[in-house]
Amino acid sequence: MTDLNLAFRLARPGFSLDVSFATSGIGITALFGYSGSGKTTLLRCIAGLEQADYGRLTVNGQVWADDTTFLPSHRRPIGYVFQEANLLQHLTVEGNLNYAIARQRSQNNVIRKQEVVHWLALGPLLKRRSMQLSGGQRQRVAIARALLTNPELLLMDEPLASLDIGSKAEILPYLEKLHSELKIPVLYVSHSPDEVIRLADQIVLLSQGRVLATGPVNEILTRTDLPLAQLEEACACVEGEITKHDREYHLTYVKLKGGTVAISYRAAEPGTRVRVRISAKDVSLALAPQQQTSISNAFPVRISAIAQAADPAKVLVKLDMGGDSFLAQITRLSADTLGLAVDKIVYAQIKSVALMR
Amino acid sequence: MSFWQSLTSVDPGPIWLSLKLSALTTLLLLLLVTPIAWWLAHANRHTKSVVTAIATLPLVLPPSVLGFYLLLLLGAQGPLAPALQALGITSLAFTFPGLVVASVIYSFPFALQPIQNAFEAIGKRPMEVAATLGASPLDRFFSVALPLARPGLLTAAVLSFAHTIGEFGVVLMIGGNIPGETKVLSVAIYDHVEAIEYSQAHLLSALMVGFSLLVLFFLYWLNHQSHPMIGHTNQHD
Repeated sequence: MTDLNLAFRLARPGFSLDVSFATSGIGITALFGYSGSGKTTLLRCIAGLEQADYGRLTVNGQVWADDTTFLPSHRRPIGYVFQEANLLQHLTVEGNLNYAIARQRSQNNVIRKQEVVHWLALGPLLKRRSMQLSGGQRQRVAIARALLTNPELLLMDEPLASLDIGSKAEILPYLEKLHSELKIPVLYVSHSPDEVIRLADQIVLLSQGRVLATGPVNEILTRTDLPLAQLEEACACVEGEITKHDREYHLTYVKLKGGTVAISYRAAEPGTRVRVRISAKDVSLALAPQQQTSISNAFPVRISAIAQAADPAKVLVKLDMGGDSFLAQITRLSADTLGLAVDKIVYAQIKSVALMR
Repeated sequence: MSFWQSLTSVDPGPIWLSLKLSALTTLLLLLLVTPIAWWLAHANRHTKSVVTAIATLPLVLPPSVLGFYLLLLLGAQGPLAPALQALGITSLAFTFPGLVVASVIYSFPFALQPIQNAFEAIGKRPMEVAATLGASPLDRFFSVALPLARPGLLTAAVLSFAHTIGEFGVVLMIGGNIPGETKVLSVAIYDHVEAIEYSQAHLLSALMVGFSLLVLFFLYWLNHQSHPMIGHTNQHD
């Protein structure tokens, strides 16, 4: 378990940062916000690349910064992946990896070079230089290099933002593996809801240099008072477990807390933990179970909140299904016609469920 | 006198002296200028313009002016004389060490500019990367900044060397014309011309022209080698 406890205050012309939060866990924590929300500045403060006017940071009980202490970057056991790969130009790929290995700061939990090279498929690239690599390859090297510092905390600053769609698709599976196979806590800066839904376990939601909310991904995604639920593409992501496959209809069944949903067939052993996305636009509500409908995923749910959507014609309905929350985006007219109210039991029909990982 | 005869009758002393002076000057300049260039590359704009202006002065002053002031400064009656005497040196004027001091000052801007430009072109990102990989400031300087600035350092070395080989005015003012001590190549050519020994003057001058051409070829080849890399650093990576 890694405990992160921080508070930073910093004022720059036209921008100020005033954040404090604490997280614990070994998964991926997304620092999510739009441009100018201060997420990169916050990450740089955590790395010691930026010195805040006031800063307090403890990681696993060790003080990295407070009133009297400021540990410089090179003495913090971190790995840092920048938005651009920033390989050291005068060194080969292998030279870049060795640079990190030679300067490892922490001795425990050693990650071996062959493992990382194998894992990120860098074998054929080791003798090359930065300019002989594609953007995606460079970013893979940068991730490997950061891992080989043997970090206690991995900081990633929008590692996919400067890549084209193809390279993004190339890197994402590696980041997902990072999540499932390595026990290094990650702070992941992003402005892409898609990446966050695929990768993060927790979200720290930032806006204009302030923390709006922190919490588990689905809790933040489905809170109707937060901006993520107001997005056109608002969605929920719910954890489940694959139970069985239907070869004939090419379906895979995923058991959620409040019921089982059918998704397009995905080759995976029953018992595999997965995460599914339910878009608010794909959920419709009815007062009684429907008989003749093409929608096969329908469940009784409890309404836990109703809020106005950004579009004045629509409302957001937050639904509780056996402890999992998701959203429905419906017209205000329908909501009034159905007489929807908090705590009422209704039937949610989910038109499509996407498997995220 | 045949060409072969004139070749063997040339005294090689001034040639060796010029090479020795240039090599020593280049070495001292690289050691002295590199930390100053690093400091200037990270100094604020005000400090940078003041220091750069002073350091560039030898570039615009007539060599005789520079040589004259150095002669006054380093001579037995000069303001530095007490300090020099404390070190057991009577005077630096008309000595080889005096020539070295003068050459270092004279070629200073030729070494400073390429190195400073190279350091500035690196930017702060590679240094931040190295810091996050666990490199201390001194480690970063040697393992990242110097290797990345290599083209600039090479250019500085070649320019300093060539500029020192070719200097005349400063040498004549501060060093005079003492064989084996201060009589360098350019002064020897001047001597030969004064004595109407044109064939020797021709030979030494031709050597100078050939050498200078070689140096310039080398310099442009070097620049050509390093450009693709510098062009690349300006992109997004």
